[in-house]
Amino acid sequence: MATVYVFVIVGKGDQLLYEADLSSAGKRDDSPHLDQFILHAALDMVDAQVFHTQQMYLKLVDKFNEFFVSGYVTAGHIKLMLLHKHRNEDNIKNFFQEVHDLYIRTLLNPFYEVNRPIYSSGFDKRVKQAGKKYLT
Amino acid sequence: MSRQHYLKAGEVAFSKMDKVSAELLALTYGSLVTQLLKDKEEIESVNVQLEKMGYNIGIRLVDEFLAKSGIGPCQDFRDTAEVIAKVALKMFLNVTADVTGWNSDLTACTLVLHDNPLNEFVELPASMAGLKYGELICGVIRGGLEQVHMRVSCTFVKDVLKGDDTSEIALEFKEILKEEFVDEDE
Repeated sequence: MATVYVFVIVGKGDQLLYEADLSSAGKRDDSPHLDQFILHAALDMVDAQVFHTQQMYLKLVDKFNEFFVSGYVTAGHIKLMLLHKHRNEDNIKNFFQEVHDLYIRTLLNPFYEVNRPIYSSGFDKRVKQAGKKYLT
Repeated sequence: MSRQHYLKAGEVAFSKMDKVSAELLALTYGSLVTQLLKDKEEIESVNVQLEKMGYNIGIRLVDEFLAKSGIGPCQDFRDTAEVIAKVALKMFLNVTADVTGWNSDLTACTLVLHDNPLNEFVELPASMAGLKYGELICGVIRGGLEQVHMRVSCTFVKDVLKGDDTSEIALEFKEILKEEFVDEDE
């Protein structure tokens, strides 16, 4: 059975900037259509929790049946969110920090407009590498 | 004068210069280029504009270069190319270039840049394939040489931003400009 990891970056105005399915190969016994609903529902929880801590990493922000949602909010209030079934805080934290780094590099690219979807293939590749490294 | 001599002169000149954060430079140049892209409709006219801006920088910068670098007159165009590659680029951008690919008349060569601080953070989208991102540098070289009576043409032929292995600037000597004397009595 596949391990589920779905990663999204959500910008200002709840605009979706980037989405990646980092799940391992294999058949899932649930419907992948649920992913977006659960992540979407967790957005409000992120907004509620972000002011309760000084950390960027918010740990678990929401649960739905056997799904967990972890969140990470950058200083510019860009939300990195990960949907997963296994609890593994340290790895998820490391993953978020690495993707945060990658996001900053993307932001410094003069051809990237702030709060627009990220189409860079280099970014996509490196996020997937980070996913392989930390989330397997 | 030898290459080693120029390399050393470049180091000395660089150490005398005021420094500015590389990130500040890269981001400023980046916003300049993207603003030009917004203002102009065609990418080709952005290249032209960047080259013109470089030219205007070059005609001023050459005086500072000659004053601070302590480089004497060049014997020939090969000498000039070496001075640009090893001293001028080092002094203002802290990079050096290799001069290769001379033609048989010794009037055209290629400068292979080892690094380009303007390219930092930059990732060109596929739609910008025609953009010559660093074209400003070519303008500076053309402007600078024109002030010392050499007309050259200068342009990027390879760019790491476009997936090439190296960044290369083609430099071609055109003519020596003659001083024009205007007789006021006539």
